[in-house]
Amino acid sequence: MTDMTVRTRSADRALLLRLRAWYSAETPNPAKRVQFDRPLTPWLFLMPQLAVVVIFFYWPSVQAVTSSFYIEDPFGFGATFVGMENYTGAVTSSQYAGTAAFTAFFCIVVTALSLGLGLLLAVKADKVIRGASSYKTALISVYAIAPPVAGLIGMMFFDMHMGPIKDLAAFFGHDLRVGIDYWDTAGALVTISVWKQIPYNFIFFLSGLQAVPVSVREAALIDARSGWRRFRDVTLPLLAPTAFFLLVINITYAMFDTFPIFDVVLKDKPANNPMTLVYKVYLDGFKGNDIGGSSAQSVILMVVVAALTVMQFRFLERRVHYG
Amino acid sequence: MMKTATTTIAFTLTATTVMAQTDISWWHGMGGRNGEVINEISQQFNDAQQDCKLTPVSRGTYEEALSSGIAAFRSGEQPNILQVFDAGAATIIAAEGATIPAEDLITGAGEEFDRDAFIAGVRNFYADSDGKFIGMPFNSSAPILYYNEAALEEAGVEPPKTWEEFEEAAPALKEAGYLPMTASQLTWMMVENFKSRNNQQFATNNNGYDSVEGTEIIVNDENQVMMFEKLKAWADDGLYGFYGAGWADNLKPFEEGEAAMWIGSSGSFGGLQQSADFDFSAVHMPYWDAIEGAGTQSFIGGAALFAMSGKSDEENACTAQFFTFLTSPETQVYYHKNTGYVPVTEAAYELAKSQGYYDEQPVAEVGIQQLMLDGGEWSKGYRMGFYPQIRTVMEREFNRIFSNEVEVQDAFDTIQTEGNALLARFAKTSS
Repeated sequence: MTDMTVRTRSADRALLLRLRAWYSAETPNPAKRVQFDRPLTPWLFLMPQLAVVVIFFYWPSVQAVTSSFYIEDPFGFGATFVGMENYTGAVTSSQYAGTAAFTAFFCIVVTALSLGLGLLLAVKADKVIRGASSYKTALISVYAIAPPVAGLIGMMFFDMHMGPIKDLAAFFGHDLRVGIDYWDTAGALVTISVWKQIPYNFIFFLSGLQAVPVSVREAALIDARSGWRRFRDVTLPLLAPTAFFLLVINITYAMFDTFPIFDVVLKDKPANNPMTLVYKVYLDGFKGNDIGGSSAQSVILMVVVAALTVMQFRFLERRVHYG
Repeated sequence: MMKTATTTIAFTLTATTVMAQTDISWWHGMGGRNGEVINEISQQFNDAQQDCKLTPVSRGTYEEALSSGIAAFRSGEQPNILQVFDAGAATIIAAEGATIPAEDLITGAGEEFDRDAFIAGVRNFYADSDGKFIGMPFNSSAPILYYNEAALEEAGVEPPKTWEEFEEAAPALKEAGYLPMTASQLTWMMVENFKSRNNQQFATNNNGYDSVEGTEIIVNDENQVMMFEKLKAWADDGLYGFYGAGWADNLKPFEEGEAAMWIGSSGSFGGLQQSADFDFSAVHMPYWDAIEGAGTQSFIGGAALFAMSGKSDEENACTAQFFTFLTSPETQVYYHKNTGYVPVTEAAYELAKSQGYYDEQPVAEVGIQQLMLDGGEWSKGYRMGFYPQIRTVMEREFNRIFSNEVEVQDAFDTIQTEGNALLARFAKTSS
């Protein structure tokens, strides 16, 4: 899991920039181009990064693809080549479709809520004049909480015996049973994940908002009286690059980086509770020791993520205007 | 024994030209107080002799310890000793060549090994079908029924020996304002040990001992389904509380004095003494009087130690020495008293008894007595590959039963089908 996190954190941004350059087909300004007089020098500088990518991404990927075609003894004594059986087995299992559907649902809801709330808070905080920095600090501070800790704090609130949120739900006549009821657990997971991610979006949106030139804002003020229209027609398009970047990051977050939250909330025993595809890969591979089945699932996941990335850049990025 | 140990030491010394200590490592999955006790035992072993230095390393939970042991083995970095829990036993035992059978290791090092020295319930679980010990039984526990003494007194009922007695007592407890019962880890309590306590077959191929090939789980039978239909009915009537798959969530109502009875591990005894501020006691896990031949011993829970292969003779000799040290009555009693796990040898049990330990702590004796009950044909153990995953399937279906999403029979049919698919997959790993 650690290599997965490393990959999503650092490599995603690099990947984003590379793909962006590829699709927008921009030629870098020749005047600014740095020239190396020896052809090997640039490679030398690239080596550390390349080594990291090869060791933590390409090599494990190749291994995953290979083992996905075998059913293997966990200790490595025997392996039976089974062709596509691991794939068909994974996809047709009663659990997989449900898990995939939940993952999609979870990604959409978490991304939409954390982007929406982050933006809302950023716009409001941007307007605050008195005590602005204390508001901002209060909103940003949550980002310093590590996901497992966020999960633990969340579970204190949602605890089925003494959580205050259970009491709150009971007040509204709902018997909240996180850990037993599928949708109650889903609600807790979404709430904790969104709470954890809002500050990240808030920071980026706030800096995006502060980058909107005062002259543009003033000009907009003359053109439109309605604050909503000014926001929709002027501010939002100027925020689009930030929003696009955050969209990619948030989807990755919801799919992969929420893992520790699931791990804490599900307490090692998922039972009938919702989980993401990544958690299932971990469960089958590390707890079930089914290396082949788990590898097949992670290869499927890899393909999905690749497709998703390409789609985002093909269809969404074209609409984004970089100032 | 001391003499044999000295001869081994002498042998090791002459074999190695350099008079250095041999380092051996032990990966385990215990935390908290139980993890500390492991360190204490290792220290005692290191103090007792000069040739071997044992270093225990905590690798997280049971599952994590097994996974990291597997990963280490694949890259040739395995520890000398790996602790593997009950449900993971089939995985490591099926991988012949990954371990040296404990019995071979000990006799190979010139020390004595007596199978019959171990208490009956422990002898077969980590052994092969011929009874040869593959794993060294270490921390062993049994599921027992704890009860709040004041609650039962208030309701005027006796602790139930059978489920029939529970059915009679439960309404009175409810009337007295208690939730009659909760239970942690239904997979262990109500499936695995339903099978053992009621002497029910759990899998084909002699409960899976005879062969990996073609082993099928048996869970959708009439009796197993009846157990859960009862549980479901009790839950609907407020006689039993289901709080999901988490261990602690099901324990909490008992600790807080809301539930009158709780089915937990004999190893929970130490922790309960600290967390419960009322007088409690324990009896054996109930069985069904209506089932013919029921009332047999339970399977042992907990974990065993496995000696990993690919190590030098000197290191293996040290591992063997440690295994012998571990089964000595003194070490066993020390471990028993400090953790609540049961002693694994008869001699250790007798020692604890002669020290008057059970007069002070009668609850500590319940688990071991249950493991020393008569064994039935099907109470020796079970061996199924990918069993941790089968447990995951069960936990999922149990949640669905208690949230009214599925009928009991359908849930067990699903477990049967998915369990057999997993077993069939496991059979392919070894060919």
